Amino acid sequence: MKRIGWAVLLAFILVALFGPGLIPLDGTPHYEERFAPMSWNHWLGTDYAGRDVWAQLVHGSRDILLIAFSTGAFAVLIALLVGVTSALAGGAVDALLVGCVDVFLTVPSFPLMAILSALFRVGDPITFGLLLALWSWPGLARSLRAQVQSMQHREFIEVARLMRMGNWHILWREIFPNLVPYLSLNFIMIARNAITASVGIMMLGLVPLRVENWGMMLNLAAFQSGALFLPQGKLYLLAPLTAIIAFQYSLILVAASIEEHFDPRLQRG
Amino acid sequence: MRKRIALSLVTVWVALTFTFLLVRQMPGDVLHNLAIQILNTQGVTYQQAREMAKLQICYDPDEPIMSQYVHYLSNLAHGELGRSTTYRIPVVTILKSALPWTVFITFMAAGFSFVVGTTLGLWTAWRRGGWLEPALTLYATLTQAIPDFLLGVMLLLVFGVRLQWLPLRGAYGADTDPGLNFAFVASLLQHAILPVMAFSIPAIGSWALTAKASATSVLGEDYLLVARAKGLKPWRILRDYLGRNAMLPLISSLATSLGALLGGSMLIETLFGFPGLGYFLAQSIGTRDYPLMQGLFLLSTLAIVTGNLLAEILSRRLDPRSK
Repeated sequence: MKRIGWAVLLAFILVALFGPGLIPLDGTPHYEERFAPMSWNHWLGTDYAGRDVWAQLVHGSRDILLIAFSTGAFAVLIALLVGVTSALAGGAVDALLVGCVDVFLTVPSFPLMAILSALFRVGDPITFGLLLALWSWPGLARSLRAQVQSMQHREFIEVARLMRMGNWHILWREIFPNLVPYLSLNFIMIARNAITASVGIMMLGLVPLRVENWGMMLNLAAFQSGALFLPQGKLYLLAPLTAIIAFQYSLILVAASIEEHFDPRLQRG
Repeated sequence: MRKRIALSLVTVWVALTFTFLLVRQMPGDVLHNLAIQILNTQGVTYQQAREMAKLQICYDPDEPIMSQYVHYLSNLAHGELGRSTTYRIPVVTILKSALPWTVFITFMAAGFSFVVGTTLGLWTAWRRGGWLEPALTLYATLTQAIPDFLLGVMLLLVFGVRLQWLPLRGAYGADTDPGLNFAFVASLLQHAILPVMAFSIPAIGSWALTAKASATSVLGEDYLLVARAKGLKPWRILRDYLGRNAMLPLISSLATSLGALLGGSMLIETLFGFPGLGYFLAQSIGTRDYPLMQGLFLLSTLAIVTGNLLAEILSRRLDPRSK
Protein backbone atom coordinates (compact mmCIF):
# COMPACT_ATOMS: atom_id res chain seq x y z
CA MET A 1 0.00 0.00 0.00
CA LYS A 2 2.80 2.41 0.95
CA ARG A 3 4.48 1.86 -2.42
CA ILE A 4 1.23 2.63 -4.23
CA GLY A 5 1.02 5.94 -2.39
CA TRP A 6 4.52 6.98 -3.45
CA ALA A 7 3.91 5.76 -7.01
CA VAL A 8 0.67 7.74 -7.35
CA LEU A 9 2.27 10.86 -5.88
CA LEU A 10 5.24 10.50 -8.23
CA ALA A 11 2.86 10.04 -11.18
CA PHE A 12 1.03 13.24 -10.23
CA ILE A 13 4.31 15.15 -9.99
CA LEU A 14 5.56 13.80 -13.33
CA VAL A 15 2.29 14.67 -15.05
CA ALA A 16 2.38 18.17 -13.60
CA LEU A 17 6.02 18.66 -14.68
CA PHE A 18 5.99 17.18 -18.16
CA GLY A 19 2.31 16.65 -19.07
CA PRO A 20 1.54 20.19 -20.23
CA GLY A 21 4.51 20.01 -22.62
CA LEU A 22 3.38 16.74 -24.17
CA ILE A 23 -0.36 17.22 -24.39
CA PRO A 24 -1.57 20.35 -26.15
CA LEU A 25 -4.47 22.26 -24.62
CA ASP A 26 -6.99 23.53 -27.13
CA GLY A 27 -9.02 26.28 -25.48
CA THR A 28 -11.27 27.07 -28.43
CA PRO A 29 -14.86 25.86 -28.12
CA HIS A 30 -16.19 23.20 -30.50
CA TYR A 31 -19.88 23.22 -29.66
CA GLU A 32 -20.65 20.40 -32.10
CA GLU A 33 -18.57 18.11 -29.84
CA ARG A 34 -20.32 19.10 -26.57
CA PHE A 35 -20.03 16.42 -23.83
CA ALA A 36 -18.55 13.83 -26.18
CA PRO A 37 -18.03 10.36 -24.64
CA MET A 38 -14.65 8.66 -24.16
CA SER A 39 -12.84 8.07 -27.43
CA TRP A 40 -9.34 7.76 -28.86
CA ASN A 41 -9.28 11.50 -29.60
CA HIS A 42 -10.79 12.48 -26.27
CA TRP A 43 -9.64 10.01 -23.59
CA LEU A 44 -12.00 11.45 -20.99
CA GLY A 45 -14.54 12.97 -23.36
CA THR A 46 -15.15 16.69 -23.71
CA ASP A 47 -16.65 19.47 -21.60
CA TYR A 48 -19.70 21.71 -22.17
CA ALA A 49 -17.84 23.58 -24.90
CA GLY A 50 -16.37 20.53 -26.60
CA ARG A 51 -12.89 20.93 -25.10
CA ASP A 52 -10.83 17.88 -24.21
CA VAL A 53 -11.23 16.94 -20.51
CA TRP A 54 -8.00 14.90 -20.25
CA ALA A 55 -5.92 17.81 -21.54
CA GLN A 56 -7.57 20.14 -19.00
CA LEU A 57 -6.89 17.67 -16.20
CA VAL A 58 -3.22 17.41 -17.16
CA HIS A 59 -2.74 21.16 -17.47
CA GLY A 60 -4.69 21.81 -14.27
CA SER A 61 -2.54 19.45 -12.19
CA ARG A 62 0.31 21.96 -12.12
CA ASP A 63 -1.78 24.59 -10.31
CA ILE A 64 -3.11 22.11 -7.74
CA LEU A 65 0.35 20.79 -6.90
CA LEU A 66 1.81 24.28 -6.71
CA ILE A 67 -0.97 25.47 -4.40
CA ALA A 68 -0.66 22.40 -2.16
CA PHE A 69 3.12 22.49 -1.85
CA SER A 70 3.45 26.25 -1.54
CA THR A 71 0.83 26.32 1.22
CA GLY A 72 2.68 23.51 2.99
CA ALA A 73 6.04 25.24 2.66
CA PHE A 74 4.85 28.70 3.75
CA ALA A 75 2.82 27.31 6.66
CA VAL A 76 5.71 25.18 7.94
CA LEU A 77 8.03 28.20 7.74
CA ILE A 78 5.64 30.44 9.68
CA ALA A 79 5.00 27.72 12.24
CA LEU A 80 8.72 27.11 12.73
CA LEU A 81 9.41 30.79 13.14
CA VAL A 82 6.60 31.34 15.63
CA GLY A 83 6.86 28.04 17.50
CA VAL A 84 10.63 28.00 17.96
CA THR A 85 10.86 31.71 18.81
CA SER A 86 8.09 31.30 21.32
CA ALA A 87 9.78 28.34 23.02
CA LEU A 88 13.27 29.82 23.07
CA ALA A 89 12.37 33.39 23.97
CA GLY A 90 9.96 32.63 26.80
CA GLY A 91 8.51 35.39 28.96
CA ALA A 92 6.44 38.17 27.42
CA VAL A 93 7.30 37.27 23.81
CA ASP A 94 6.13 33.73 24.44
CA ALA A 95 2.87 34.88 26.05
CA LEU A 96 2.17 37.23 23.15
CA LEU A 97 2.86 34.59 20.50
CA VAL A 98 0.77 31.99 22.32
CA GLY A 99 -2.09 34.49 22.38
CA CYS A 100 -1.71 35.06 18.64
CA VAL A 101 -1.74 31.33 17.99
CA ASP A 102 -4.93 30.97 20.02
CA VAL A 103 -6.68 33.76 18.14
CA PHE A 104 -5.61 32.32 14.77
CA LEU A 105 -6.84 28.89 15.84
CA THR A 106 -10.25 30.25 16.77
CA VAL A 107 -11.24 32.52 13.88
CA PRO A 108 -13.19 30.71 11.14
CA SER A 109 -10.40 29.92 8.70
CA PHE A 110 -12.25 28.74 5.60
CA PRO A 111 -14.46 31.86 5.36
CA LEU A 112 -11.36 33.99 5.90
CA MET A 113 -9.41 32.21 3.19
CA ALA A 114 -12.38 32.57 0.85
CA ILE A 115 -12.92 36.26 1.63
CA LEU A 116 -9.27 37.22 1.28
CA SER A 117 -8.60 35.26 -1.87
CA ALA A 118 -11.74 36.67 -3.50
CA LEU A 119 -11.07 40.27 -2.50
CA PHE A 120 -7.42 40.26 -3.48
CA ARG A 121 -8.33 38.57 -6.78
CA VAL A 122 -5.63 35.97 -6.41
CA GLY A 123 -4.43 35.12 -9.88
CA ASP A 124 -1.50 32.76 -9.45
CA PRO A 125 -1.12 29.54 -7.46
CA ILE A 126 1.84 30.67 -5.32
CA THR A 127 0.06 33.76 -3.96
CA PHE A 128 -2.99 31.61 -3.39
CA GLY A 129 -0.80 29.19 -1.45
CA LEU A 130 0.58 32.03 0.67
CA LEU A 131 -2.95 33.23 1.49
CA LEU A 132 -4.02 29.73 2.50
CA ALA A 133 -0.83 29.30 4.55
CA LEU A 134 -1.65 32.40 6.62
CA TRP A 135 -4.47 30.39 8.22
CA SER A 136 -2.86 26.94 8.23
CA TRP A 137 0.11 27.32 10.57
CA PRO A 138 -1.20 27.83 14.14
CA GLY A 139 -1.81 24.17 15.06
CA LEU A 140 1.70 23.21 14.03
CA ALA A 141 3.25 26.24 15.75
CA ARG A 142 1.61 25.26 19.00
CA SER A 143 2.92 21.70 18.95
CA LEU A 144 6.39 22.79 17.79
CA ARG A 145 6.58 25.13 20.77
CA ALA A 146 5.74 22.27 23.11
CA GLN A 147 8.29 19.96 21.47
CA VAL A 148 11.13 22.49 21.57
CA GLN A 149 10.30 23.34 25.18
CA SER A 150 10.49 19.72 26.26
CA MET A 151 13.63 19.14 24.19
CA GLN A 152 15.48 21.99 25.87
CA HIS A 153 15.74 20.03 29.07
CA ARG A 154 16.78 16.75 27.50
CA GLU A 155 20.31 15.53 28.14
CA PHE A 156 21.73 15.97 24.65
CA ILE A 157 20.84 19.65 24.68
CA GLU A 158 22.25 20.11 28.17
CA VAL A 159 25.46 18.44 27.04
CA ALA A 160 25.65 20.69 23.98
CA ARG A 161 25.22 23.69 26.27
CA LEU A 162 27.98 22.47 28.59
CA MET A 163 30.24 22.03 25.60
CA ARG A 164 29.61 25.72 24.91
CA MET A 165 28.18 25.21 21.49
CA GLY A 166 26.56 28.38 20.11
CA ASN A 167 22.82 28.90 20.21
CA TRP A 168 22.56 28.68 16.43
CA HIS A 169 24.50 25.45 16.41
CA ILE A 170 22.22 23.96 19.03
CA LEU A 171 19.15 25.12 17.15
CA TRP A 172 20.24 23.87 13.72
CA ARG A 173 22.34 20.85 14.54
CA GLU A 174 20.65 19.49 17.67
CA ILE A 175 17.04 20.63 17.79
CA PHE A 176 16.08 20.98 14.14
CA PRO A 177 17.00 17.44 12.97
CA ASN A 178 14.72 16.07 15.66
CA LEU A 179 11.82 18.06 14.31
CA VAL A 180 12.22 16.91 10.70
CA PRO A 181 9.97 13.83 10.85
CA TYR A 182 7.23 15.80 12.54
CA LEU A 183 7.61 18.71 10.11
CA SER A 184 7.41 16.48 7.05
CA LEU A 185 4.25 14.80 8.32
CA ASN A 186 2.64 18.15 9.01
CA PHE A 187 3.76 19.51 5.66
CA ILE A 188 1.77 16.74 4.00
CA MET A 189 -1.24 17.25 6.24
CA ILE A 190 -1.30 20.99 5.58
CA ALA A 191 -0.87 20.39 1.84
CA ARG A 192 -3.84 18.01 1.92
CA ASN A 193 -6.02 20.53 3.70
CA ALA A 194 -4.88 23.19 1.26
CA ILE A 195 -6.12 21.09 -1.64
CA THR A 196 -9.52 20.73 0.01
CA ALA A 197 -9.72 24.44 0.83
CA SER A 198 -8.44 25.72 -2.51
CA VAL A 199 -10.68 23.40 -4.51
CA GLY A 200 -13.60 24.47 -2.33
CA ILE A 201 -12.91 28.17 -2.89
CA MET A 202 -12.52 27.67 -6.62
CA MET A 203 -15.62 25.49 -6.78
CA LEU A 204 -17.59 28.37 -5.29
CA GLY A 205 -16.27 30.45 -8.17
CA LEU A 206 -14.55 32.96 -5.88
CA VAL A 207 -11.10 32.84 -7.44
CA PRO A 208 -10.74 33.50 -11.14
CA LEU A 209 -8.15 30.90 -12.09
CA ARG A 210 -7.97 29.20 -15.48
CA VAL A 211 -10.78 26.91 -16.72
CA GLU A 212 -8.53 23.86 -16.66
CA ASN A 213 -7.91 24.20 -12.93
CA TRP A 214 -9.57 21.24 -11.17
CA GLY A 215 -11.53 23.47 -8.83
CA MET A 216 -12.73 25.56 -11.75
CA MET A 217 -13.66 22.39 -13.65
CA LEU A 218 -15.80 21.34 -10.68
CA ASN A 219 -17.35 24.79 -10.46
CA LEU A 220 -18.22 24.76 -14.15
CA ALA A 221 -19.47 21.17 -14.05
CA ALA A 222 -21.52 21.40 -10.86
CA PHE A 223 -22.88 24.93 -10.92
CA GLN A 224 -22.54 26.57 -14.30
CA SER A 225 -22.86 24.23 -17.23
CA GLY A 226 -25.46 21.81 -15.89
CA ALA A 227 -23.13 18.83 -16.42
CA LEU A 228 -24.29 17.52 -13.02
CA PHE A 229 -27.77 16.93 -14.38
CA LEU A 230 -26.86 15.54 -17.80
CA PRO A 231 -26.06 11.85 -18.14
CA GLN A 232 -23.39 12.64 -20.76
CA GLY A 233 -21.83 15.28 -18.49
CA LYS A 234 -20.83 12.76 -15.78
CA LEU A 235 -17.33 12.31 -17.15
CA TYR A 236 -16.57 16.03 -17.02
CA LEU A 237 -17.72 16.17 -13.38
CA LEU A 238 -16.16 12.91 -12.21
CA ALA A 239 -12.73 13.39 -13.83
CA PRO A 240 -11.50 16.23 -11.57
CA LEU A 241 -13.34 14.74 -8.58
CA THR A 242 -11.58 11.39 -8.93
CA ALA A 243 -8.23 13.06 -9.51
CA ILE A 244 -8.57 15.09 -6.31
CA ILE A 245 -9.55 12.06 -4.24
CA ALA A 246 -6.71 9.96 -5.71
CA PHE A 247 -4.23 12.73 -4.90
CA GLN A 248 -5.57 12.92 -1.33
CA TYR A 249 -5.17 9.16 -0.86
CA SER A 250 -1.65 9.17 -2.20
CA LEU A 251 -0.73 11.86 0.34
CA ILE A 252 -2.34 9.90 3.19
CA LEU A 253 -0.40 6.77 2.25
CA VAL A 254 2.85 8.71 1.88
CA ALA A 255 2.31 10.29 5.30
CA ALA A 256 1.74 6.85 6.81
CA SER A 257 4.93 5.52 5.24
CA ILE A 258 6.95 8.49 6.51
CA GLU A 259 5.56 7.95 9.98
CA GLU A 260 6.53 4.31 9.83
CA HIS A 261 10.01 5.13 8.57
CA PHE A 262 10.75 7.48 11.47
CA ASP A 263 8.99 5.50 14.16
CA PRO A 264 10.57 2.04 14.47
CA ARG A 265 7.74 0.87 16.73
CA LEU A 266 5.38 0.98 13.76
CA GLN A 267 7.62 -1.13 11.53
CA ARG A 268 6.59 -4.67 10.85
CA GLY A 269 8.78 -7.41 9.44
CA MET B 1 -11.55 29.99 33.01
CA ARG B 2 -10.90 33.72 33.28
CA LYS B 3 -8.10 33.33 30.77
CA ARG B 4 -10.40 31.57 28.32
CA ILE B 5 -13.01 34.31 28.55
CA ALA B 6 -10.35 36.97 28.01
CA LEU B 7 -9.08 35.06 25.00
CA SER B 8 -12.62 34.80 23.57
CA LEU B 9 -13.09 38.53 23.95
CA VAL B 10 -9.78 39.22 22.23
CA THR B 11 -10.76 36.90 19.38
CA VAL B 12 -14.09 38.63 18.92
CA TRP B 13 -12.33 42.01 18.99
CA VAL B 14 -9.84 40.84 16.35
CA ALA B 15 -12.73 39.67 14.16
CA LEU B 16 -14.54 43.00 14.66
CA THR B 17 -11.47 44.99 13.73
CA PHE B 18 -10.72 42.72 10.80
CA THR B 19 -14.17 43.26 9.32
CA PHE B 20 -13.87 47.00 9.96
CA LEU B 21 -10.64 47.12 7.98
CA LEU B 22 -12.09 44.81 5.36
CA VAL B 23 -14.95 47.15 4.57
CA ARG B 24 -12.47 50.05 4.35
CA GLN B 25 -10.57 48.08 1.74
CA MET B 26 -13.59 47.95 -0.55
CA PRO B 27 -12.22 48.04 -4.08
CA GLY B 28 -14.10 49.64 -6.98
CA ASP B 29 -15.92 52.27 -4.96
CA VAL B 30 -18.95 50.40 -3.67
CA LEU B 31 -20.38 53.56 -2.19
CA HIS B 32 -20.27 55.37 -5.51
CA ASN B 33 -21.97 52.48 -7.32
CA LEU B 34 -24.71 52.28 -4.73
CA ALA B 35 -25.21 56.05 -4.87
CA ILE B 36 -25.59 55.89 -8.66
CA GLN B 37 -28.17 53.11 -8.24
CA ILE B 38 -30.16 55.18 -5.76
CA LEU B 39 -29.81 58.21 -8.01
CA ASN B 40 -31.28 56.31 -10.93
CA THR B 41 -34.18 54.79 -9.04
CA GLN B 42 -35.26 57.56 -6.69
CA GLY B 43 -34.68 60.81 -8.57
CA VAL B 44 -32.57 62.65 -5.94
CA THR B 45 -29.37 64.63 -6.38
CA TYR B 46 -26.01 62.81 -6.30
CA GLN B 47 -25.13 64.35 -2.92
CA GLN B 48 -28.39 63.12 -1.38
CA ALA B 49 -27.99 59.70 -2.96
CA ARG B 50 -24.46 59.45 -1.57
CA GLU B 51 -25.69 60.33 1.92
CA MET B 52 -28.41 57.66 1.66
CA ALA B 53 -25.91 55.10 0.45
CA LYS B 54 -23.63 55.89 3.39
CA LEU B 55 -26.47 55.22 5.82
CA GLN B 56 -27.46 52.01 4.06
CA ILE B 57 -24.09 50.33 4.27
CA CYS B 58 -23.01 52.04 7.50
CA TYR B 59 -19.85 53.32 5.91
CA ASP B 60 -18.71 56.90 5.61
CA PRO B 61 -15.26 57.34 4.04
CA ASP B 62 -15.33 61.12 4.60
CA GLU B 63 -15.05 60.76 8.39
CA PRO B 64 -11.63 60.38 10.06
CA ILE B 65 -10.75 56.72 10.55
CA MET B 66 -10.90 56.68 14.37
CA SER B 67 -14.36 58.22 14.46
CA GLN B 68 -15.45 55.70 11.81
CA TYR B 69 -14.22 52.94 14.09
CA VAL B 70 -16.11 54.29 17.12
CA HIS B 71 -19.19 54.71 14.98
CA TYR B 72 -18.89 51.16 13.71
CA LEU B 73 -18.58 49.71 17.21
CA SER B 74 -21.53 51.68 18.54
CA ASN B 75 -23.64 50.57 15.57
CA LEU B 76 -22.74 46.97 16.29
CA ALA B 77 -23.63 47.40 19.94
CA HIS B 78 -27.09 48.47 18.81
CA GLY B 79 -27.39 45.46 16.55
CA GLU B 80 -27.16 47.69 13.48
CA LEU B 81 -25.26 45.91 10.73
CA GLY B 82 -26.34 47.96 7.75
CA ARG B 83 -28.17 46.85 4.66
CA SER B 84 -27.19 44.16 2.24
CA THR B 85 -26.23 45.78 -1.06
CA THR B 86 -27.63 42.93 -3.15
CA TYR B 87 -30.83 42.03 -1.27
CA ARG B 88 -31.52 45.60 -0.17
CA ILE B 89 -32.85 44.56 3.24
CA PRO B 90 -31.19 44.88 6.66
CA VAL B 91 -28.41 42.35 7.21
CA VAL B 92 -29.97 41.43 10.55
CA THR B 93 -33.12 40.27 8.75
CA ILE B 94 -31.10 37.95 6.54
CA LEU B 95 -29.17 36.58 9.53
CA LYS B 96 -32.42 35.92 11.37
CA SER B 97 -33.91 34.05 8.44
CA ALA B 98 -30.78 32.01 7.65
CA LEU B 99 -29.73 31.07 11.19
CA PRO B 100 -32.59 28.62 11.92
CA TRP B 101 -31.78 26.65 8.74
CA THR B 102 -28.14 26.29 9.65
CA VAL B 103 -29.02 25.40 13.25
CA PHE B 104 -31.45 22.78 11.98
CA ILE B 105 -29.03 21.10 9.58
CA THR B 106 -26.12 21.39 12.02
CA PHE B 107 -27.92 19.79 14.92
CA MET B 108 -29.24 17.01 12.71
CA ALA B 109 -25.80 16.31 11.26
CA ALA B 110 -23.84 16.64 14.48
CA GLY B 111 -26.40 14.68 16.50
CA PHE B 112 -26.67 11.86 14.00
CA SER B 113 -22.94 11.44 13.44
CA PHE B 114 -22.15 11.74 17.15
CA VAL B 115 -24.67 9.10 18.24
CA VAL B 116 -23.83 6.62 15.49
CA GLY B 117 -20.07 7.24 15.64
CA THR B 118 -19.61 7.01 19.40
CA THR B 119 -21.86 3.94 19.68
CA LEU B 120 -19.80 2.20 17.01
CA GLY B 121 -16.56 3.27 18.69
CA LEU B 122 -17.61 2.10 22.17
CA TRP B 123 -18.88 -1.19 20.81
CA THR B 124 -15.65 -1.80 18.90
CA ALA B 125 -13.53 -1.15 21.99
CA TRP B 126 -15.77 -3.43 24.08
CA ARG B 127 -15.61 -6.29 21.59
CA ARG B 128 -11.92 -6.06 20.97
CA GLY B 129 -10.45 -8.30 18.31
CA GLY B 130 -13.59 -8.73 16.22
CA TRP B 131 -14.04 -7.85 12.58
CA LEU B 132 -15.40 -4.45 13.59
CA GLU B 133 -12.04 -2.97 14.46
CA PRO B 134 -10.31 -3.30 11.07
CA ALA B 135 -13.58 -2.46 9.32
CA LEU B 136 -13.87 0.76 11.29
CA THR B 137 -10.28 1.80 10.59
CA LEU B 138 -10.75 1.10 6.89
CA TYR B 139 -14.00 3.07 6.83
CA ALA B 140 -12.38 6.04 8.57
CA THR B 141 -9.36 6.10 6.24
CA LEU B 142 -11.55 5.75 3.16
CA THR B 143 -13.89 8.57 4.13
CA GLN B 144 -11.37 11.03 5.53
CA ALA B 145 -9.68 11.51 2.17
CA ILE B 146 -12.87 12.75 0.53
CA PRO B 147 -13.69 16.41 1.20
CA ASP B 148 -17.30 16.61 2.41
CA PHE B 149 -18.46 18.76 -0.49
CA LEU B 150 -17.16 16.27 -3.04
CA LEU B 151 -18.99 13.57 -1.13
CA GLY B 152 -22.03 15.82 -1.45
CA VAL B 153 -21.55 15.97 -5.23
CA MET B 154 -21.39 12.17 -5.39
CA LEU B 155 -24.49 11.74 -3.19
CA LEU B 156 -26.34 14.27 -5.32
CA LEU B 157 -25.32 12.45 -8.46
CA VAL B 158 -26.39 9.01 -7.22
CA PHE B 159 -29.50 9.66 -5.12
CA GLY B 160 -30.72 12.88 -6.68
CA VAL B 161 -29.94 12.70 -10.37
CA ARG B 162 -29.55 8.98 -11.17
CA LEU B 163 -32.01 7.26 -8.81
CA GLN B 164 -34.18 10.34 -8.25
CA TRP B 165 -35.02 9.18 -4.73
CA LEU B 166 -34.31 12.50 -3.07
CA PRO B 167 -34.77 16.16 -4.01
CA LEU B 168 -31.82 18.03 -5.50
CA ARG B 169 -32.02 21.50 -4.05
CA GLY B 170 -33.63 23.68 -1.41
CA ALA B 171 -34.78 23.17 2.17
CA TYR B 172 -38.39 22.12 1.46
CA GLY B 173 -40.69 21.54 -1.48
CA ALA B 174 -42.25 24.60 -3.11
CA ASP B 175 -45.66 22.90 -3.07
CA THR B 176 -45.72 22.56 0.71
CA ASP B 177 -46.98 25.11 3.19
CA PRO B 178 -44.40 26.03 5.89
CA GLY B 179 -45.86 25.23 9.30
CA LEU B 180 -46.61 22.30 11.51
CA ASN B 181 -48.21 20.00 8.99
CA PHE B 182 -47.21 16.55 7.85
CA ALA B 183 -46.45 17.39 4.22
CA PHE B 184 -44.07 20.20 5.19
CA VAL B 185 -42.20 18.26 7.86
CA ALA B 186 -41.86 15.25 5.57
CA SER B 187 -40.51 17.44 2.79
CA LEU B 188 -38.16 19.15 5.23
CA LEU B 189 -36.68 15.86 6.36
CA GLN B 190 -36.44 14.58 2.81
CA HIS B 191 -34.48 17.63 1.76
CA ALA B 192 -32.22 17.35 4.80
CA ILE B 193 -31.11 13.74 4.16
CA LEU B 194 -28.42 14.39 1.54
CA PRO B 195 -26.75 17.39 3.21
CA VAL B 196 -26.82 15.58 6.57
CA MET B 197 -25.24 12.50 5.00
CA ALA B 198 -22.54 14.60 3.32
CA PHE B 199 -21.59 15.98 6.74
CA SER B 200 -22.01 12.72 8.62
CA ILE B 201 -20.34 10.06 6.49
CA PRO B 202 -16.81 11.30 7.26
CA ALA B 203 -17.76 12.55 10.75
CA ILE B 204 -19.03 9.12 11.85
CA GLY B 205 -15.61 7.61 11.14
CA SER B 206 -13.72 10.20 13.14
CA TRP B 207 -16.16 10.11 16.09
CA ALA B 208 -15.91 6.31 16.11
CA LEU B 209 -12.10 6.39 16.19
CA THR B 210 -12.02 8.98 18.98
CA ALA B 211 -14.61 7.08 21.01
CA LYS B 212 -12.72 3.84 20.50
CA ALA B 213 -9.45 5.38 21.68
CA SER B 214 -11.14 6.94 24.68
CA ALA B 215 -12.92 3.71 25.62
CA THR B 216 -9.76 1.64 25.18
CA SER B 217 -7.94 3.81 27.69
CA VAL B 218 -10.83 3.50 30.16
CA LEU B 219 -10.84 -0.29 29.74
CA GLY B 220 -7.34 -0.38 31.22
CA GLU B 221 -8.43 1.39 34.42
CA ASP B 222 -8.49 -0.43 37.75
CA TYR B 223 -12.08 0.44 38.54
CA LEU B 224 -13.20 -1.49 35.50
CA LEU B 225 -11.36 -4.54 36.75
CA VAL B 226 -13.05 -4.09 40.14
CA ALA B 227 -16.45 -3.81 38.46
CA ARG B 228 -15.85 -7.04 36.60
CA ALA B 229 -14.52 -8.74 39.71
CA LYS B 230 -17.63 -7.71 41.62
CA GLY B 231 -19.57 -9.71 39.02
CA LEU B 232 -21.57 -6.79 37.63
CA LYS B 233 -23.63 -7.50 34.55
CA PRO B 234 -21.72 -6.67 31.34
CA TRP B 235 -24.51 -4.32 30.32
CA ARG B 236 -24.13 -2.28 33.49
CA ILE B 237 -20.37 -2.09 33.10
CA LEU B 238 -20.78 -0.96 29.53
CA ARG B 239 -23.31 1.71 30.39
CA ASP B 240 -22.28 3.06 33.79
CA TYR B 241 -18.56 2.44 33.93
CA LEU B 242 -17.21 2.37 30.41
CA GLY B 243 -19.78 4.50 28.61
CA ARG B 244 -19.88 7.38 31.05
CA ASN B 245 -16.17 7.73 31.51
CA ALA B 246 -15.31 7.29 27.85
CA MET B 247 -17.94 9.82 26.74
CA LEU B 248 -16.77 12.54 29.07
CA PRO B 249 -13.99 13.99 26.91
CA LEU B 250 -16.13 13.55 23.80
CA ILE B 251 -18.96 15.78 25.01
CA SER B 252 -16.73 18.82 25.04
CA SER B 253 -15.39 18.07 21.56
CA LEU B 254 -19.01 17.88 20.45
CA ALA B 255 -19.53 21.42 21.72
CA THR B 256 -16.45 22.63 19.86
CA SER B 257 -17.51 21.02 16.60
CA LEU B 258 -21.05 22.37 16.94
CA GLY B 259 -19.60 25.86 17.23
CA ALA B 260 -17.47 25.35 14.14
CA LEU B 261 -20.40 23.93 12.16
CA LEU B 262 -22.78 26.71 13.19
CA GLY B 263 -20.95 29.18 10.98
CA GLY B 264 -22.55 27.21 8.17
CA SER B 265 -20.78 25.23 5.49
CA MET B 266 -20.44 27.44 2.45
CA LEU B 267 -19.93 24.54 0.08
CA ILE B 268 -22.54 22.06 1.24
CA GLU B 269 -25.22 24.71 1.61
CA THR B 270 -24.42 26.17 -1.82
CA LEU B 271 -24.34 22.74 -3.43
CA PHE B 272 -27.75 21.81 -2.07
CA GLY B 273 -29.21 25.30 -2.42
CA PHE B 274 -29.90 25.28 1.31
CA PRO B 275 -30.70 28.83 2.54
CA GLY B 276 -28.44 28.85 5.63
CA LEU B 277 -25.62 31.12 6.78
CA GLY B 278 -22.99 29.40 4.64
CA TYR B 279 -25.05 29.83 1.48
CA PHE B 280 -25.42 33.56 2.08
CA LEU B 281 -21.76 33.92 3.01
CA ALA B 282 -20.68 32.36 -0.29
CA GLN B 283 -23.16 34.57 -2.14
CA SER B 284 -22.02 37.72 -0.37
CA ILE B 285 -18.35 37.06 -1.16
CA GLY B 286 -19.20 36.36 -4.79
CA THR B 287 -21.20 39.58 -5.17
CA ARG B 288 -18.90 41.71 -2.96
CA ASP B 289 -21.79 42.43 -0.59
CA TYR B 290 -19.63 43.81 2.24
CA PRO B 291 -22.25 44.53 4.92
CA LEU B 292 -23.71 41.02 4.59
CA MET B 293 -20.27 39.40 4.47
CA GLN B 294 -19.28 41.28 7.61
CA GLY B 295 -22.41 40.27 9.53
CA LEU B 296 -22.07 36.61 8.59
CA PHE B 297 -18.38 36.50 9.41
CA LEU B 298 -18.97 38.03 12.84
CA LEU B 299 -21.77 35.59 13.53
CA SER B 300 -19.65 32.57 12.67
CA THR B 301 -16.78 33.86 14.83
CA LEU B 302 -19.24 34.26 17.70
CA ALA B 303 -20.52 30.71 17.15
CA ILE B 304 -17.00 29.25 17.31
CA VAL B 305 -16.05 31.27 20.38
CA THR B 306 -19.27 30.24 22.14
CA GLY B 307 -18.73 26.60 21.20
CA ASN B 308 -15.20 26.66 22.63
CA LEU B 309 -16.34 28.31 25.85
CA LEU B 310 -19.17 25.83 26.20
CA ALA B 311 -16.72 22.98 25.70
CA GLU B 312 -14.53 24.36 28.47
CA ILE B 313 -17.46 24.77 30.86
CA LEU B 314 -18.83 21.32 30.06
CA SER B 315 -15.55 19.56 30.59
CA ARG B 316 -15.21 21.27 33.97
CA ARG B 317 -18.78 20.49 34.99
CA LEU B 318 -18.78 16.89 33.86
CA ASP B 319 -15.40 15.94 35.20
CA PRO B 320 -15.50 15.80 39.00
CA ARG B 321 -11.69 15.79 39.14
CA SER B 322 -11.42 19.36 37.88
CA LYS B 323 -13.57 20.74 40.73
